Amino acid sequence: MNPYNYLYLAALLFTIGAVGVVVRRNAIVVFMCIELMLNAANLTLVTFSRINGTLDGQVVAFFTMVVAACEVVVGLAIIVTIYRSRRSASVDDASLLKR
Amino acid sequence: MLEIQTPEAVMFWVLAPLSVIAALGMLLVKKAVHSALLLAWVMVTLAIFYIAQDALFLGIVQIVVYTGAVMMLFLFILMLVGVDASDSLTETIAGLRPIAITAAVGFGGLFVALISRATLGREAVGLQAANADGNVQGLAQKLFSTYVWPFEVVSALLITAALGAMVLAHHQRSVARPTQRQQSIARFRSGSLAGAAGLPSPGVFARHNAVDVPALLPDGSAAPTSISATLKARGDMLESRSFELGEVDNTVTEEK
Repeated sequence: MNPYNYLYLAALLFTIGAVGVVVRRNAIVVFMCIELMLNAANLTLVTFSRINGTLDGQVVAFFTMVVAACEVVVGLAIIVTIYRSRRSASVDDASLLKR
Repeated sequence: MLEIQTPEAVMFWVLAPLSVIAALGMLLVKKAVHSALLLAWVMVTLAIFYIAQDALFLGIVQIVVYTGAVMMLFLFILMLVGVDASDSLTETIAGLRPIAITAAVGFGGLFVALISRATLGREAVGLQAANADGNVQGLAQKLFSTYVWPFEVVSALLITAALGAMVLAHHQRSVARPTQRQQSIARFRSGSLAGAAGLPSPGVFARHNAVDVPALLPDGSAAPTSISATLKARGDMLESRSFELGEVDNTVTEEK
């Protein structure tokens, strides 16, 4: 087995996350799929860090985790705000500007 | 040349399919809570992969930050928003699902083909040399020398995100909260004076004093206002008919 197998796994997980963002309607589940995509990207960074023999990839993965944590905090606050005003967490219901 | 030992290969081939199945299940299950738990499992397997790939610090951080903090935040918001709010799996845009699956197969196929055809032109190195002083020490050295400016910027980002979340979650009342005095005046000025002293407490004295049993009025009928509206809406109200005066079973003899 070579370390490139981790890259295949990351590609699969990223694709599954992308499908989830498109297919699911619950805003929280959509958000979880985005988290899955970020995690897949992190796995790629860690694997390349190992392949290249330097720790830079791990440092970037560390930064990705921090940014993802910020994103979760703000994103969930937005979802709660939308839920408060529209009584729904479905991404289809937030279409007020369309009509 | 990086030689991967058998234990890691076994670990990979056991955990990788499990994580892919969990990720697929995340898309397919109906309840958002189940999705969250499956995602937590995917994150735990990723942490194991990090540790197996000599990224000890990131593996621990993955468990602490993702499965610990982020997933708990997700579950907390799910509880706040309502567990089964808009959990439907019905297609709202016609033909979206086939298109999405086709695009995903194309995208994933492209990815996999790219990885399998691309070469670095050299062998994989491994982190033995970079981790010689320890993984945490090596990361700290990078973080506080080459990446010290991004590190500072990230701290500003964290503070901004915390402030943003507070601003977004802050709820401004459109109408001022009624004071106790106003509530009292409103009670006396309402249609009848029945509620002026507060609502009757639930329960049937000496028989059944639980909150889900309505109190009895002097004429023996149940008092609907003695039960909390929440219990009524949930259907958790107990029938008080058996406690009403006309229905009480008088044939039971007193126990000695």
